[in-house]
Amino acid sequence: MIKTDVAIIGAGVNGCAIARELSRYKLDITVIDRCSDVCEGTSKANSGIIHSGYDAKSGTLMAKLNVRGNLLMHTLSKELDIPFKKNGSLVLCFSQEDMGKLEELKERGEKNKVPGLKILSRDEVLKKEPNISDNVYAALWAPTGSIACPFIMTVAFAENAIKNGAKFMMSTLVTDVSGKENDGYVIKTSKGEEIEADIVINAAGVYADAIHNMVSKNKIKITPRKGEYILYDKNVGNYVTSTLFQLPTALGKGTLVTPTVHGNLMTGPTAEDIRDKEGTDTTAAGTALLKKKAVLSVKEGYGRNPITEFAGLRATLTEACELNNFEDEYLGCGDFMIGEVKDAPGFIDVAGMGSPGLSCAPATAEYVRELVGKIKELKEKEDFNPVRKGIKAVNGATEEEIEALIKEDPRYANIICRCERVSEAEIVQAIHSILPATTLDAIKRRTRAGMGRCQSGFCNPRVVEILARELGVDESEINKAQDGSYYVLSKDAN
Amino acid sequence: MKAQLVVIGGGPAGMAAALKAYENGVKDILILERDNTLGGILNQCIHNGFGLHTFKEELTGPEYALRYVHMLKDTDIKYMLNTMVIDVTGRGDKDNELKDIKDACVVTAMNGEMGLLKIEAEAVVLAMGCREKTRGALNIPGFRPSGVFTAGCAQRYSNIEGLMCGKKVVIVGSGDIGLIMARRMVLEGAKVICVAEIMPYSGGLRRNIMQCLDDYDIPLYFRHTVTKIEGKDRLTGVVICEVGDDFAPIPGTKKHYDCDTLLLSCGLIPENELSVAAGMELDPKTGGPFVNKDFETPKRGIFACGNVLHVHDLVDNVSKESVLAGEGAAKLILEGVKDWGEVQELKLPAKSQNTIPKDFDKTRQVICIRCPRGCLVTADKKEDGTLDITGNSCPMGFEFATNEMTAPKRTVTSFVSIKGKKNPVPVKTKGEIPKSSVFECMKTIKAVELDREVKVGDVIIENVAGTGIDVVATGETDGI
Repeated sequence: MIKTDVAIIGAGVNGCAIARELSRYKLDITVIDRCSDVCEGTSKANSGIIHSGYDAKSGTLMAKLNVRGNLLMHTLSKELDIPFKKNGSLVLCFSQEDMGKLEELKERGEKNKVPGLKILSRDEVLKKEPNISDNVYAALWAPTGSIACPFIMTVAFAENAIKNGAKFMMSTLVTDVSGKENDGYVIKTSKGEEIEADIVINAAGVYADAIHNMVSKNKIKITPRKGEYILYDKNVGNYVTSTLFQLPTALGKGTLVTPTVHGNLMTGPTAEDIRDKEGTDTTAAGTALLKKKAVLSVKEGYGRNPITEFAGLRATLTEACELNNFEDEYLGCGDFMIGEVKDAPGFIDVAGMGSPGLSCAPATAEYVRELVGKIKELKEKEDFNPVRKGIKAVNGATEEEIEALIKEDPRYANIICRCERVSEAEIVQAIHSILPATTLDAIKRRTRAGMGRCQSGFCNPRVVEILARELGVDESEINKAQDGSYYVLSKDAN
Repeated sequence: MKAQLVVIGGGPAGMAAALKAYENGVKDILILERDNTLGGILNQCIHNGFGLHTFKEELTGPEYALRYVHMLKDTDIKYMLNTMVIDVTGRGDKDNELKDIKDACVVTAMNGEMGLLKIEAEAVVLAMGCREKTRGALNIPGFRPSGVFTAGCAQRYSNIEGLMCGKKVVIVGSGDIGLIMARRMVLEGAKVICVAEIMPYSGGLRRNIMQCLDDYDIPLYFRHTVTKIEGKDRLTGVVICEVGDDFAPIPGTKKHYDCDTLLLSCGLIPENELSVAAGMELDPKTGGPFVNKDFETPKRGIFACGNVLHVHDLVDNVSKESVLAGEGAAKLILEGVKDWGEVQELKLPAKSQNTIPKDFDKTRQVICIRCPRGCLVTADKKEDGTLDITGNSCPMGFEFATNEMTAPKRTVTSFVSIKGKKNPVPVKTKGEIPKSSVFECMKTIKAVELDREVKVGDVIIENVAGTGIDVVATGETDGI
């Protein structure tokens, strides 16, 4: 039996951000996730956008957390070394008839306290972004709209939480949560060991309903909303500089076109409610739809070199229940469901974290900390260290910096991933970090090896070799992500 | 650091260019290679079929590369391995006046021993090769499990690392690497279910369709493509559909295949990151830079050859072209910068559109596999029992068809493991063995574990499978 003060179920961006926030206090924290690494669910397959916050309905938790989350990211990105860029966003309007809606959006944003919103004329838009479609009529400019690396964001929260004492149990599936007689919970896992926790935080993404329904009579339901994306080569990474949204029209919600913080161009997402919580497959129809919609925003010519397509599942709340902390207007399914469950004291839901969940994560963590503080007295640690440093990279470094890196570790000169120029030193550091990367996907998220235009065609055998060597295992034991996702057979198998 | 000529890439293109420039009088030459051996992609192309033009004999990839490595070692040409070039700048633009052309190009590179290197060179040859089209570029829908490899990646695993990627294989695209890998996977013990090709013809050589697929009864489906990738961890299967003239799947033609490996062989793209960073525009037709008749790019002093310039069909043609680039670079170094002149119209290889004729009659016809031409040879039995052979373009075709009708033979290539070493050494049968003995031969090869250093040509197995033919090494234990 493991005893912990707070058990967090789910090591996505929310679970990790909460762990990091709570690690400021004298608490024993345990994060549990079924996957082999953090950031394996919704957090790894989204737009990578830190929204400014005009979109959410005023008065919702979503609106409040979004604007706050955006603000926090500016300091957090420095503190935690997260790739982040305030590139601004534009909501494009294509006809005079829709101008009312654009004005409405601006008013809503102002009510939500989004700073700097401004409506730009067609000429102003085209001057800012020459590759925007000539059909643009006007646009709403949100200067605080930003882009970030969702992988490093999650990893950074987790690493900093670990540095400050939090424990992570990976490859551990929660099979049951039940209330103890007086207070607290017992969590059963696939690993056999039971975990006893005073407070349980349910940040299980698309599975948050399953976890919630283990402890509460008031059932909730999460529906996965599939979003497909196309990622394009860096040679069109500066096709646009701001993130482009489309004003929803009678034809439906639009698609976004955005540069990524690493310099690619991306379009997406589609929005399709599905049943399969593992349904992250891409479809021909999805990519066709994205291509059709993207050209409403930008001129043709960006799309010759797609490098990958992927899909993520947004956790959409379709059946909500009441929570203890909602005194104000409660939207239920239109909002996030964050709070202590009424018939389960000490059990906190962080559920329905669809878009803009990533943008909100830092603020969500603060909000959850307040909730925890109401249940348990929080005492600050004297030695909390808020700083996390990422792995020093060759890519983007100056020649002097590269020279210094090679002096520090000659393996910096051994480039393993040619496309993203990732060195052996970086990969080895990721493997031996405080939150060890033990799979190819984990290495990819931390170093970008395999993320480039050849999609690991060259570096795959090399990264597998390094992982096997550093972990002291056979190459056949190296996985892409979860157990069973091996690349090569053992030599004895032949 | 200084050199007269810096060659970026120690594959067939880089080595041929360096050797020619040396022969023409440039003595201070430095080859920079990012891998730990010279030879480039040839090292993993352990099959035979190389060198018929250049050396007038049939070699495997590593043997072809070794010929050049040995020639190189007889010169004063220097080379640095494990060295990555990160930047190149030219001596000026082709439109600059000659007096404004600088004295040297600058190559920025790095390696573990020397750190960051700045090398000034009067000329630079780009010979970085090409890379493969990926699943993402092809837009194949479905899940993203492990088990989906480009054919070249699987080839490296197999032939360099001695590791198998899977047991049940589907191949999409019938480019030569895919065809070659179909045979490799079968020889090394996997089952290859089929090859799906979206076009009504193959981009691969006809002799490869015959000797890699037909020899092993692997079906090749034209106008078919993969429309779904299944499996959440490791690949579990694919869906293949027939496509119409618009390449869209035809409803009702869906077919599921269980497999653990999908290999992609759908084309190559010149690798021009350095060229673009140097300010070059790429020709949309070739994917490579523009060059003048001396193979000099518009960035003065920088030359390009091999697959970085355009994707070649045969390595022999890479060597041929690279000799011209080496000559061009030598001329610039020895005679000084002259007017750039005009863009050269490159002789691109004719796009192969190969099929096996519909009325192909196996009982009396063969596709000759002796050379890349792949002649359709007919061998009709005359009344006296001898063969009437027609359709061949040379005596090799006559001999091949005669053998094929009476006692078909094949050269077998593979690799053997070396005790205590991670990487195996490539081998081949020194001559052809009866086709019926191929698997027996493979069994013998796979049972070998060597306990000694090996040089190219060393006999590894005598009289393999009782065929009277020896198995010999085609590579060397100390790298290539």
